[in-house]
Amino acid sequence: MSLPLSDPHENRAVPQAAVVDARNLVKRFQGMTAVSGMSLKLGAGEMVGLIGPNGAGKTTLFNLIAGSLKPTSGEIWIGGRDVSQDSPERRIESGIGRTFQIPRPFLEMSVLDNVLAGAQGQDGERLFANFLRPGHVRQQEKAAKEKARALMDFVTLSGLESQPAKVLSGGQRKLLELARILMADPQAILLDEPAAGVNPALLETIMERVIMLNGQGTSILLIEHNMDMVSRLCSRVVAMALGKPLAEGTPAAVSANPAVIEAYLGGAA
Amino acid sequence: MSLDLLAYGAFFLTMALTYAIMCLGLNIQWGQTGLFNVGIAAFVAIGAYVSAVLTTPETPDRLGGFDLPIAVGWLGAVLVAGLAAWLVGALTIRLRSDYLAIATFGVAVSVQLCVLNIQPLTGGAFGIGFIPRPFGGLAASPLAFSLANLALTAVVVLGLYLALEHLAKSPWGRVLRAIREDEIAAQALGKRPIRFRLQAFAIGGAIMGLAGAVQGHFIGFIAPDNYLPILTFQVWAMLIVGGSGNNRGAILGAILVWGLWALTAAAVSAFVPPEQQARASSFQIVAIGVGLCLILLLRPRGIIGEGRSPIAGRIKPKSEE
Repeated sequence: MSLPLSDPHENRAVPQAAVVDARNLVKRFQGMTAVSGMSLKLGAGEMVGLIGPNGAGKTTLFNLIAGSLKPTSGEIWIGGRDVSQDSPERRIESGIGRTFQIPRPFLEMSVLDNVLAGAQGQDGERLFANFLRPGHVRQQEKAAKEKARALMDFVTLSGLESQPAKVLSGGQRKLLELARILMADPQAILLDEPAAGVNPALLETIMERVIMLNGQGTSILLIEHNMDMVSRLCSRVVAMALGKPLAEGTPAAVSANPAVIEAYLGGAA
Repeated sequence: MSLDLLAYGAFFLTMALTYAIMCLGLNIQWGQTGLFNVGIAAFVAIGAYVSAVLTTPETPDRLGGFDLPIAVGWLGAVLVAGLAAWLVGALTIRLRSDYLAIATFGVAVSVQLCVLNIQPLTGGAFGIGFIPRPFGGLAASPLAFSLANLALTAVVVLGLYLALEHLAKSPWGRVLRAIREDEIAAQALGKRPIRFRLQAFAIGGAIMGLAGAVQGHFIGFIAPDNYLPILTFQVWAMLIVGGSGNNRGAILGAILVWGLWALTAAAVSAFVPPEQQARASSFQIVAIGVGLCLILLLRPRGIIGEGRSPIAGRIKPKSEE
């Protein structure tokens, strides 16, 4: 894979067909409504920021889009297909990948194995292929390893290949999750607070990598509290509060919106 | 004298290796997938009985006695035990840790009771005798017979070991570990946890069935008492002592724990008056329990573990976001 540096602003302009199209989503947990009528579109090649105070329903919305929660009502369309009832493990086939707010690396597995686990369509993951077509599996695995090494390089983890993931710092774990999901070549990535708890130097790396990815055409939906980061990365921002959309527009417009300021200062939350 | 000792050594090792097969089956279920199977005895019993029915000569008051070759018996044991594990798995695999344990324990008790009571199929409490023994023609020379059987069992263990290592290092094994480490993250990467768990459970069950068949043919006689929960306990102790998650550990643990079992049995028969021996044999279980405690205290990952604790961090409720 090639990951050329390019100006991130190039691809920001016009969102084309929506990669992710969430329509009027509602999610209730036993009397508590976490998301109540939220719609959101993510265009091809677009990078959208999703902001909102704690408890606004951002992560729930993410989980709905990623499939780890099923909506109470509403629809999720990915790549022009209704996936609302699909299981989470099928979302990646539709081309959507996610990272977690608190990273979930496979702690006892090596960094390389973690990244390899993201590979899709590996015949070696089928039980009998390992005995019936060992040569084919070996070749596929070799190609996957090359790609995984390139991705580890991309996220600056190449020196740690054979270390177990548990030795990584919080920020490195976020980078590892990024490499792992990139292994699947998703069209769109949901990034849940990539900046939280990451030291400034590593944060800069993460941001650069996200910009490069988006420059290559990967759509990105970003949950983030760090408004500086959101302004730098995203052309469009959606603010959420109490499970609903609150405001939408350019980063500057949204952060100046009185309703958003009110929500963040505790009025609505 | 030394020839007798050698013959005994071969007998001992062959028995230990039959347990090593069970232990390899448990390792793929627990060590690599984290499936808490407390019904090992059920799958071993199924394998033993299927193979016995297939290979014994026709018997008037019992079904079958199909008089088939031993290899067919082994194959039948693998298939039926694997199928049984698949069925049990399909019904229970969504159950986590402790609930899966309860369910499989129930299965083991039920299977043992079935074996004990379905007399027309299993011979009931009397079991099945005259099971053909591999190299039975050599029976006149105990040493040659024991060595030939040891070699055969060792080949089975080695073949299984190589196949399981190949699987553990394959992308399939990697997915298994990923699911064990973090199911939600694995799902987000498109892995289907239930399919992989079910496969691992069925393979483990099939291997346990093979162990039952190999052991039954080696002894030449099986009875329901061989498949009590103590068997499950022994195999678990073997895996934990040897090192959960490690196939070599599984084999080593089987040999060591079986050694401890045989040694304490010898001690009981040497030092305890005959009328007390039945009672004193509980001492064997105590010895294994003490050994298990010592290992968990001194080497919690087993003698050659996978590099992670066999118990810590494994028994946990499904984590939710």
